[in-house]
Amino acid sequence: MRFALFLGCTIPARLNQYELSLRAVLGKLGVALVDIRAFNCCGYPLRNISFKAFVLSSARNLALAKKKSLNVMTPCKCCYGSLKKVDHLMKENTALRREVNATLQREGLEYEGGVEVRHLLSVLFHDVGIDSIKKEIKSPFDGLKIATHYGCHVLRPSQIVEFDDPVAPSIFDQLVEVTGAESIDWTTKLECCGAPIWGINDELSMDLTEKKLRDGRASSADYLCSACPYCHIQFDTVQKVILSKRGNNHRLPSILYTQLLGLSMDVDREALGLEMNQIPIDGIEGFLSEQTVTTNDGR
Amino acid sequence: MFQAIALYASLIIFGLGLLYKGSTWFRYRMGKDGRKTPTSKRVSAAFTGILSTVFSVRILILAKVFVLDVVLQVRVLKEDILRWFMHICIYGGFMLLLLMHALDRFITSAVFPDYYSTVNPFMFLRDLFGAVVILGILIAVYRRLIVRAPRLVTNAMDHYAIVIVAVVMVSGILLEGAKIVSYSSYKRMVEEYSGLEDEEELRSLEAYWVKTFGVISPHLGGPFDEKTLEQGKELHEMSCAECHSKPQWAFTGYGVAKIIGPAASWFRQANVPGILRYVHVLACLIGLAYLPFSKMFHIFASPLSLLANAVMERGRSTPANIATRQAMELDACTHCGTCTLHCSVGVAFEEIPNANILPSEKIASIKALASGRKLSQREHRLIQEGVYLCTNCYRCTVVCPVGINLQDLWFTVREDLLRKGYPEFLSLSPLSFYRGLMREEIGEEDYGGALARPREAILAECNLIKREDKAITLTARDRELPSGLSLSAQANTFSVCFGCETCTTVCPVVRNYDSPKETLGLLPHQIMHACGLGVRDLAFGSNMLWDCITCYQCQEQCPQGVSVTDVLYELKNLAVKNVKEKTLQQTGRGS
Repeated sequence: MRFALFLGCTIPARLNQYELSLRAVLGKLGVALVDIRAFNCCGYPLRNISFKAFVLSSARNLALAKKKSLNVMTPCKCCYGSLKKVDHLMKENTALRREVNATLQREGLEYEGGVEVRHLLSVLFHDVGIDSIKKEIKSPFDGLKIATHYGCHVLRPSQIVEFDDPVAPSIFDQLVEVTGAESIDWTTKLECCGAPIWGINDELSMDLTEKKLRDGRASSADYLCSACPYCHIQFDTVQKVILSKRGNNHRLPSILYTQLLGLSMDVDREALGLEMNQIPIDGIEGFLSEQTVTTNDGR
Repeated sequence: MFQAIALYASLIIFGLGLLYKGSTWFRYRMGKDGRKTPTSKRVSAAFTGILSTVFSVRILILAKVFVLDVVLQVRVLKEDILRWFMHICIYGGFMLLLLMHALDRFITSAVFPDYYSTVNPFMFLRDLFGAVVILGILIAVYRRLIVRAPRLVTNAMDHYAIVIVAVVMVSGILLEGAKIVSYSSYKRMVEEYSGLEDEEELRSLEAYWVKTFGVISPHLGGPFDEKTLEQGKELHEMSCAECHSKPQWAFTGYGVAKIIGPAASWFRQANVPGILRYVHVLACLIGLAYLPFSKMFHIFASPLSLLANAVMERGRSTPANIATRQAMELDACTHCGTCTLHCSVGVAFEEIPNANILPSEKIASIKALASGRKLSQREHRLIQEGVYLCTNCYRCTVVCPVGINLQDLWFTVREDLLRKGYPEFLSLSPLSFYRGLMREEIGEEDYGGALARPREAILAECNLIKREDKAITLTARDRELPSGLSLSAQANTFSVCFGCETCTTVCPVVRNYDSPKETLGLLPHQIMHACGLGVRDLAFGSNMLWDCITCYQCQEQCPQGVSVTDVLYELKNLAVKNVKEKTLQQTGRGS
């Protein structure tokens, strides 16, 4: 298992703990990661303003991966959605492909297709497999209730992103449950975290996030869990803003999936960057049990 | 006499230039802190800062950075071995020439009492250093003009830098060659140092120099008999050898001498050595006088930037000092293009042809901005767009070989620019995410104002939405709107919408409001309908368009297969393109 790691812009700049923990966890699970330094932004933030710049950005990344004959794995759901969307557009629209390739050729690149775009979670689920992960679980969680947050851009538009069943997805729940935690049912599980509008309309963004926090707490979750830098920053850094502006009623700390998995795999907590989260998550270590327990996959 | 005057004049210009440029570091006002603090406070804060750093353990950090990053330039090495080699050749060779050759009267003579520029190792070393610099220049030309990394921009200042160094070096080598063949130089040396008077002896010595050292004599051409040469050699060893190594050691000049040898008499008549001497000296003096105003000023500013950034940090250092550092960083930039090469969004430049998107060009524009040059609204908005079109990924800062905290600079300048009150349509994109995270630092008024302006500008173009009854007149329809939604095959799916309102029902944004129509204007299904009708004003003027969170619930659930979210995306593209062009055109007319 070897992938070109597409970190995107947010993780190296603002979410080091995600990179640290994913490298630690994937290293133990035998997934080899190749860094391509020339990767650029996936184009997601440009899509509102310039469709062409958006397509060119992702197409360039796919061309770079193709040059190294590698499939791409990204831990970011917005990057995932963009790369998948552009891959689809470039396959479907020959005129667009010709135009984009004309630009790419100026730096000796070409989009040819044939690069698989994968999200970290689907690599863990389909390539590594629940059984292999289970073997690595050293101290499973006990009695921990997790509100699993899927993230919009891996689920929809389902015909293009092809991640899981868009109405009743289960991949992430199974991945959470293999750690021994319980992935609870909560009504806003598949809804937006609020991040796409943060910085544009903060009140709306906080409304959407707060709704999820409230629902998560009402469904008795101990922590939120996400696998996307935007979702996590929204649930962590932006939640902190919400707590200070709107009160403490719906406080629900968020943990990255790779941190959660890493803890149950007994990865050194330093290597998981637990301290780097804005809203402390130390309490979660209290749920770790001492001996290995077999967990059923819950579904 | 002329030389002395030129030297002092260029030294004075150089000195005043240094003072002037240094003073801009304390005078340029960027960012809140830069505007707040008067120059005098900035100067005293800098003194305090420097003293408190130098007399603390942090001096060790400075020492380390000085050795690794300033002298050895490890940051350049990490980036690209060829570029590192190029820069080491130019800067190393040039510095050594400056110390050993240009300042020989002050430095080399003082260190080595038996120094003569014509004696080895000095004669050989001078040529070696010169050759090293030339090699560096050739690599620089190769990089700038032949390889051409994607989006690397070479401007007039880059050309100047290469040309001035090249002229100094080439004229120096040519001068040396011309002197090697020069009969008058030979004569002068003989008169000054040999003390020979006997005609025959003089002829033997001359014959020896013509034969072995490339001197071109108007009287003697050879071939010479063994005896003459033997005597010449003896005389040479007696009178000359001690103070003059074989000119072959000056290998670059000797090469030139061999080439120009046949034309030596013409050279002498045209006084070419004299002209070359003037060119060489003048080029050095021009380079010196213009240095503070050229990119060569980085010789001073870049090491300071590296040192300052090693011990300074926003939040920990005095804000006044951060403002001073940022002004200094504008001079530290060498326009090497490393930031642009690694910029996450540099590729967008291919579709949005605004050079300010590229960090290396952005910093040049910011320099103009900081100097207080009057910018037109158009120029201002182009810089603003370039600064906003940034994912704040910090790559530019991480790779900058001179350690400029570019990301921090963009942040400071972005808010300065936005405060001017021109709309920035990119603020309606997720590029605003990072700015949202910095809202505490920005302050509520500036923060919200910048977000409101683009919506207002778009609304100003949408007359229909301002009407209470929203009654659609027939003339308000834009028949080009439906056909204009053509960027992707998904966008024209609006035409199959049958108005079931599923999209609106599942939209989390709509659900968030008690009276969504008041807040959002048209709702998703209405926007689909507006596309078919061509009522541009209602579609573009609806907050729904800009408050869409792109969660794709609408698109996923549409029973008719309308790509609702994709249609909204294209509408946003169209609306921004439309209003951006219009507002820029208005400013083009000199308002």
